[in-house]
Amino acid sequence: MAWMAWTPITAAFFGCIFLMLIGMGIWQAVSPTVPRRGFLPLTTTRGDRLFISLLGAAYIHLGWLAFTDAALWIGSIIALVWLVIVMRWG
Amino acid sequence: MNKITNNKAWFLVLPVFFIVAISAIIPLMTVVNYSVQDIFDPQTRFFVGTEWFEQVLGDSRLHDALLRQIFYTLSVLFIEIPLGIAVALTLPRKGWGVSASMVLLALPLLIPWNVVGTIWQIFGRADIGLGGYVINLMGIDYNYAQNPMDAWLTVLVMDVWHWTSLIVLLCYAGLRSIPDAYYQAAKIDGASRWAVFRFIQLPKMQSVLVIGVLLRFMDSFMIYTEPFVLTGGGPGNATTFLSQFLTRMAVGQFDLGPAAAFSLVYFLIILLVCWVFYTVVMNAGKQGEQ
Repeated sequence: MAWMAWTPITAAFFGCIFLMLIGMGIWQAVSPTVPRRGFLPLTTTRGDRLFISLLGAAYIHLGWLAFTDAALWIGSIIALVWLVIVMRWG
Repeated sequence: MNKITNNKAWFLVLPVFFIVAISAIIPLMTVVNYSVQDIFDPQTRFFVGTEWFEQVLGDSRLHDALLRQIFYTLSVLFIEIPLGIAVALTLPRKGWGVSASMVLLALPLLIPWNVVGTIWQIFGRADIGLGGYVINLMGIDYNYAQNPMDAWLTVLVMDVWHWTSLIVLLCYAGLRSIPDAYYQAAKIDGASRWAVFRFIQLPKMQSVLVIGVLLRFMDSFMIYTEPFVLTGGGPGNATTFLSQFLTRMAVGQFDLGPAAAFSLVYFLIILLVCWVFYTVVMNAGKQGEQ
């Protein structure tokens, strides 16, 4: 896998995504998701909300890099808060 | 009654999973790895964090290419979708005309992209091309190699010529699936031609139109070969779209790190637009059914 030019940070990033997917799979097997409607203007399942929150997190990071010079970890915290909000109340 | 579940069918998905993993997921992961490094080859590389993303997001040439791309894609959709629907509505429903029009409409779709570019490159030339010659004969100073607007319009018309057939064929398939009973009911109710289109034909075409719009959005947003062959991105940068900008960066300048960062931004834009469009249309369909 050397040709993929791994770095510790990207390995950790994909590890987290992979663990999230495994976790969601187990969660689904233990307690199947029920589509519901929260503050998002559409009915979502748990998987939909994870997708929306991850896509939103990517855009929060891009916006942070494009529009501010502040440290990126602040943007990461905002993205994490967004993820929790969407998963819980989305 | 207990439903019998058999999860063995999941094994049938495995080949697809492996093909997608090799053709899409692993390359995408490699692009993510490249985007955070200054990289010449897998052995010669330095971690740079988010530097390439900051550089790419602040690049005015990229902003220009993105605006050109958005305008181009919107133009393609606004022309091809209504035109495709209109042509599909006028096609014959039975007889020899069906096969003849299907073959004629399918022809542009069968031509490879680079050949389409070459056809239009010759067709548009004022000296040897029929199109360019006739336009100049009418007193219009048309030269796609020198005038940015001419180049832009030629690329747009070329795309319309190449891909409207796809929308026509999809819409025609949607129209053919409507049972005659709907039309008979509309006739009994005295529905106008517009009402038949609005309340019978358009809803029945919805699912094929979603596929058509998504395909045309993605394809036109990633367009590369035709403008590359026709204008080479010029004159100036008038027809340099995102994928050409990206190729110049990655292959021409060998800036693999910035090109990888740009690829990810490009990917996220397409992912977001497709998801929003798909969700909005599918939700509208569900609400319509309710």
